[in-house]
Amino acid sequence: MNPTSTIVLILAVFGASTVEMVEALTIVVASGVTRGWRSALEGAAAAIAVLAVLVLAVGVPLIHYIPIDVLRVVVGALLLVLGLSWLRKSILRASGHKAKHDEDAIFAATAAELAEDGSAHLNAARRDGVGFAVAFKGVFLEGVEVVLIVVSLGASQHRLGVAAAAAGAAALIVAVVGALVAKQLSRVPENTIKTVVGIMLTSFGLFWVGEGAGVRWPGSDLAIIMLIGVFTLVTLGTVVLLRAPPPTVASRADSFVPEGLKE
Amino acid sequence: MKTLQRGARAFGSFWWDFLVGDTPELFVATLVIVGTALLLRHHHLAAIIVLPLMAIAFLLISTLRGRGRSSDAP
Repeated sequence: MNPTSTIVLILAVFGASTVEMVEALTIVVASGVTRGWRSALEGAAAAIAVLAVLVLAVGVPLIHYIPIDVLRVVVGALLLVLGLSWLRKSILRASGHKAKHDEDAIFAATAAELAEDGSAHLNAARRDGVGFAVAFKGVFLEGVEVVLIVVSLGASQHRLGVAAAAAGAAALIVAVVGALVAKQLSRVPENTIKTVVGIMLTSFGLFWVGEGAGVRWPGSDLAIIMLIGVFTLVTLGTVVLLRAPPPTVASRADSFVPEGLKE
Repeated sequence: MKTLQRGARAFGSFWWDFLVGDTPELFVATLVIVGTALLLRHHHLAAIIVLPLMAIAFLLISTLRGRGRSSDAP
């Protein structure tokens, strides 16, 4: 296996895991602040443990019992669906046609919902079922997508351990940064990371679909880098073309009403 | 029995959301790309040109469809 594709694999898994874990951490912090940190952290830890078991339970049999070409086509198709949909969303967000993911708004909504229960600001040392459940659900649901990426990328290249380690490292870094900056998660350039990961997943997906079907790409694994270059250009070009044009002088003049004439 | 049914429904619902969701055209696109890759497996040059072009075309169609929907929204 070419080291280039291993590096791209690590970057793709690390990026995907970072994006999903930032979203999960927002929910964990909201749960911790409103319902107590002990339950929130226990819920998050339990979800991570279940996700790790899922990687082992699904990933290891895939590597050992499914023919590699079949695995590559199926995995490639999964990555292609996921990558294309992430790319589409990123392009629409970057060009102003879709609202950006607002971690501050999600934090405020989750915290308000949890505080409404009436038992907010519980003792941090006590266990709270609601806090545990909300943190568990947040981490688990965001993490399932990461598990799919880890299992599919790891299994198709027989690098499950490397993929899982990259995801684990991202989760750890996000947790440490989250603990340091608390609610400042909105500063993470989520859409940019999602765009980069979308490009990587689409490139990997297309490569594995072709490779599994029997197509021989020029340069073997180096074709992934070429595909990344092509999809990067297409993404940037589409964002520029779709970006809403600034208002024209005529339309600005039409909408201008002098102060004294305002009703 | 009810727990099993609920579990099966949740499992099916997860995969439906993941694969189809609000972009069924991308699911269809992926199936078409996989089919094309299998058809062109003995024509390497055609495959390495056609497969990326198809992915790009489907991405642009889906993005334009998404833009249309966002500008229709109130």
